[in-house]
Amino acid sequence: MSALAEPRKWERLLWPLLASALFLAFWHYAVAWTATKIFPSPLEVERGLVDLIHRGVLYLDILDSLRRVAIGYFAAIAIGIPLGLLFGWYPPVNQVVNPVVQLLRPISPIAWIPVAIIFFGVGDYAAIFLVFLGAFFPILVTCVDGVGNVPLIYRRAGSNFGLTPPQILARVVFPAALPQILVGLRIALGIAWLVVVAGEMIAVDSGLGFLIIDSRNSGKRYDLVVGAMLLIGVIGLALDFGFRRIEKFKAVRWGFRNEA
Amino acid sequence: MSTRQTIEAAANSMPASAPGLRTKLRANGVNMTFNRDGKSMSVLENIDLEVGDGEFVCLLGPSGCGKSTLLSTIAGFLAPTSGEVSIDGEAVRGPDPRRIFVFQERGVFPWLTVEGNIGFGLGKLTRSERAQRIEHYIKMVGLEGFEKSYPHELSGGMKQRVEVARALAVNPDVLFLDEPFGALDSITRMIMRGELLRIWEAERKTILFVTHDIDEAVQLADRVVVMSARPGRIQQIVPIDIAHPRDISSPHYLELRDGILNQIGLAHGI
Repeated sequence: MSALAEPRKWERLLWPLLASALFLAFWHYAVAWTATKIFPSPLEVERGLVDLIHRGVLYLDILDSLRRVAIGYFAAIAIGIPLGLLFGWYPPVNQVVNPVVQLLRPISPIAWIPVAIIFFGVGDYAAIFLVFLGAFFPILVTCVDGVGNVPLIYRRAGSNFGLTPPQILARVVFPAALPQILVGLRIALGIAWLVVVAGEMIAVDSGLGFLIIDSRNSGKRYDLVVGAMLLIGVIGLALDFGFRRIEKFKAVRWGFRNEA
Repeated sequence: MSTRQTIEAAANSMPASAPGLRTKLRANGVNMTFNRDGKSMSVLENIDLEVGDGEFVCLLGPSGCGKSTLLSTIAGFLAPTSGEVSIDGEAVRGPDPRRIFVFQERGVFPWLTVEGNIGFGLGKLTRSERAQRIEHYIKMVGLEGFEKSYPHELSGGMKQRVEVARALAVNPDVLFLDEPFGALDSITRMIMRGELLRIWEAERKTILFVTHDIDEAVQLADRVVVMSARPGRIQQIVPIDIAHPRDISSPHYLELRDGILNQIGLAHGI
């Protein structure tokens, strides 16, 4: 077999699995050698999670977190993409709005927690609002940029075939900007998943973020804290993996190659 | 008679209009001035041109001579600073589906399949009419079997065919082609010229074709409009009175080509 050959399927699985096994082994022996009483070993984490599953709690927490992300994220899409198309399409509007966007954008959604609680009270809506904020700005900004980057040639071709401006927006500008918009959506999904955990630590009493803070506060169950952390990682990875499949569709794949 | 005399004699008897054809398109005293860094720059100066119905005219000149600007102005994408363009006696106010602009293959929409691209301008037709039209033009440009392919799966020449088919599908009277074969390799370019002539002879559209390639102009056009650079002016209009298919090693072909080379100020031999 030559060195240039594609790695075989089992090879592509083997190395990541080996690395994970090494990581778990290192963790296990580090806990054993230091004889820590606080930090759990991988086996303790596993036992804790299995216990939660048996009590039917874990499943509900995961579902609650995913539900909040879904609502906040899709609200950010529903508002961010039309606004992004509008701002990108009318540069004068963008010039007016852009300073405000650029000012709000670097503010971490965590800093909004007190404001979110004033607006929505302590509860689901506050957490969803934080997710929305975290997802909204990357979607808006990549959408504005994406529209601005659509080659003049495409717009001209659209108008040459007799399309009205709204038709050009829908049939030319949006599909032309879609690959870039998808990049924004993927970043936004990652941020939404980061933010929901923080929101759940303060505003609500369910979800993986709440599981972490609650496990610590009620009895210092660090096995559950670490277990929830790992779960958050796995679910985040799965969301990103799922999103990447969208980028494989042929109608957008052209935008993810080196050159259109 | 020397080459130069031949050209000038021909040009003198031939004003900026086409012989024996109904005038399709007229540019009347078109001037174009751009403002760049506070300085105004004249890009087109006093362009007078008439193109007959069904005529194939090449705009030839060095890069930066304003020929593409002239084409965009005639197509209605740019408004002239002064002067007027009219088509069928009607002033041009903007782009129109009756006159389609073909960019280099960069104008093909990468998010649509070959079928989707060719059917792009056919929104007003019924589903079956559209399918028929698409099939007809896919056959005409020789892309059978690639209906469901996306542009990034095609070669440059095939993308160019898609764009020409997309333009023809809406049945325009005029085609504007802006260095359409500029990005293709020389063999593909020769093939595409032949294809374009075949399509032109079948459909008899009026064609305005921008190129910086003298051979291309002399091989394709009924008349070659030679432009000078900065500000862009029409230097000479050279009728190419050779029937298609043209023998590109015949003395008359070479005479006309060398005449244009002289006109541009490039004698033979590099």
